[in-house]
Amino acid sequence: MKGNHSIKFLFIFLLMALSPFFLSLFHLNLLIEILILGIFALSLNLLVGYTGLVSLGHAAFFGIGAYASGIVAKELSPNLIATLPVSLLVSILVSSIIGMFCMKVSGFYFLMLTLAFSQMIYSFIHQSTDLTGGTNGLSGIPSPQLGGVDFSNPVFLYYLILLIFAAVFTGLSVLVRSPFGQVLIGIRENETRMKSMGYNTTLYKYSSFIIAGALGGVAGSLYTNFNGFISPSDVYWTMSGSVLIMVIIGGAGTMAGPVLGAGLIVILETIVSSYTNMWMLIIGVIFILFVVFFPKGIVGIGNSLVNNLAKSKPLYNESKPEAVYKKDA
Amino acid sequence: MNRESILKVEGVGKSFGGLEILRNITFDVKKGERIGIIGPNGAGKTTFYNLLAGDLDPSKGTIYYCGQNITNLPNYKRANIGIVRTFQKNNLLTDLTVLDNLLLVLQRKEGLGNVWFKPRVEKHYSILFEKARELLSKWGLEKQTHKIVKSLSYGEQRQIEILLGIATDPKVLLLDEPTAGMSQAETNYIVNLLHTLPKELTLMIIEHDLEVVFGLSDRMIVLYNGGILVDGDPQIVRNDKRVNDIYIGQGESLSASS
Repeated sequence: MKGNHSIKFLFIFLLMALSPFFLSLFHLNLLIEILILGIFALSLNLLVGYTGLVSLGHAAFFGIGAYASGIVAKELSPNLIATLPVSLLVSILVSSIIGMFCMKVSGFYFLMLTLAFSQMIYSFIHQSTDLTGGTNGLSGIPSPQLGGVDFSNPVFLYYLILLIFAAVFTGLSVLVRSPFGQVLIGIRENETRMKSMGYNTTLYKYSSFIIAGALGGVAGSLYTNFNGFISPSDVYWTMSGSVLIMVIIGGAGTMAGPVLGAGLIVILETIVSSYTNMWMLIIGVIFILFVVFFPKGIVGIGNSLVNNLAKSKPLYNESKPEAVYKKDA
Repeated sequence: MNRESILKVEGVGKSFGGLEILRNITFDVKKGERIGIIGPNGAGKTTFYNLLAGDLDPSKGTIYYCGQNITNLPNYKRANIGIVRTFQKNNLLTDLTVLDNLLLVLQRKEGLGNVWFKPRVEKHYSILFEKARELLSKWGLEKQTHKIVKSLSYGEQRQIEILLGIATDPKVLLLDEPTAGMSQAETNYIVNLLHTLPKELTLMIIEHDLEVVFGLSDRMIVLYNGGILVDGDPQIVRNDKRVNDIYIGQGESLSASS
């Protein structure tokens, strides 16, 4: 089983590594966008899928990371050694401040508070014309560099982003399986019980919020580096909605789900929008179908297919009837 | 017996708005005591547990644990210093396996909750898994180890509820109706296990099954209308006229259940 997984991952990694050789530039750019939004969806998934905190303000961190990178690249240096860490630090700082307030509430109020904070950040970005370019957005951002390498070449950029994606994916996979990650899952399942086990659940939720915010910022930074442009609409609450849809359609609480969700949405958006302007309508319908019929997302469909195949084979029967309580002394 | 006091409650009261649920509760718990708490529905037994475990803050009074004032200590901190409760209604991580439930308790005890980058698998944490298996086999749940909690019978879930409390290795364990809803056989099984708990563990049991509570306790507290009606030796409580009146009023007699 485990070997099977490693082979699958190796195969996917090889496929990804070789894709610049057989994909057109257009498709390569699409893949880059999927990887970036995949990081973004993965970061939200830590919060929504693993900790059970549904946020509708995750675009705030994406936007902060994106604008921080853009401003640093324009004013200081487009070197990735400068832009990425600044984005990371600024989004950690902002998420730790917002998180302090959001940890005071739970459930529906948490969702509303994250929405309110992200809209505040949107307004700030929208209004600070001198710093952010306001409605026009931030354009003319130089292409990223690292050492002597100029990443204006999309193939180089692809490899860079693939590397960062792989690091984030692996890191998060280990994190959610670690004792810390198991506590987050415990909080998602039953916070009261976790407290009575002695866990300071607020601190764990806060940590999860900051990690999610930080990685959201990384995704934003990569987005700016890739596009060379960032506009306030990328910080608007509809962006928070999109990424939440990616997580849910893909399968919240799984590692592959958010990436698949990001892939599906980006591909749909690109393909469908070239035929009709009503692509939002189509995504809406797909979202409804998923929520009603496949609440566990694409990953859930995959799993139930595998289970159904397994069921058709005869299995040894584990649950043979026995006396319910033969052990009373 | 001259044992040291572990939990001291002084004049504790709790009101919700104008409604006084508990008033002027004062008593002293000695280390290793087995205290049964009985009283009719609505007497304030579970609220009292909420105050002891820190799930609610008292409106009045002070709670001391080993001489320390813990009145406003949050619940998770109390759990860490040894005051652990179980719940009247099963309160488990129902979508996780029995093993995962137990591992969460044990990893907390080992202070591993902040390990970020080492997957919690048997290879890395063999001691944790060994302890979990040991507890599960002691409780006759080894066959259920890898089953999802919600797929188990109610009685088994009830057992896990108690097991999670015990696995934290508490100094004071507050059991809230441990045998509620269990069959006679299941009840006997649990009672026998509770008898095997270490002598130095202080145990408080809220229980409606009078046979169970009299069998386990060496001291009884009767709560009635938010106050302590009687506090003393089970034999005294059994023969107390007021206590009998309350229970006869509910169609049950203390002496009949002996």
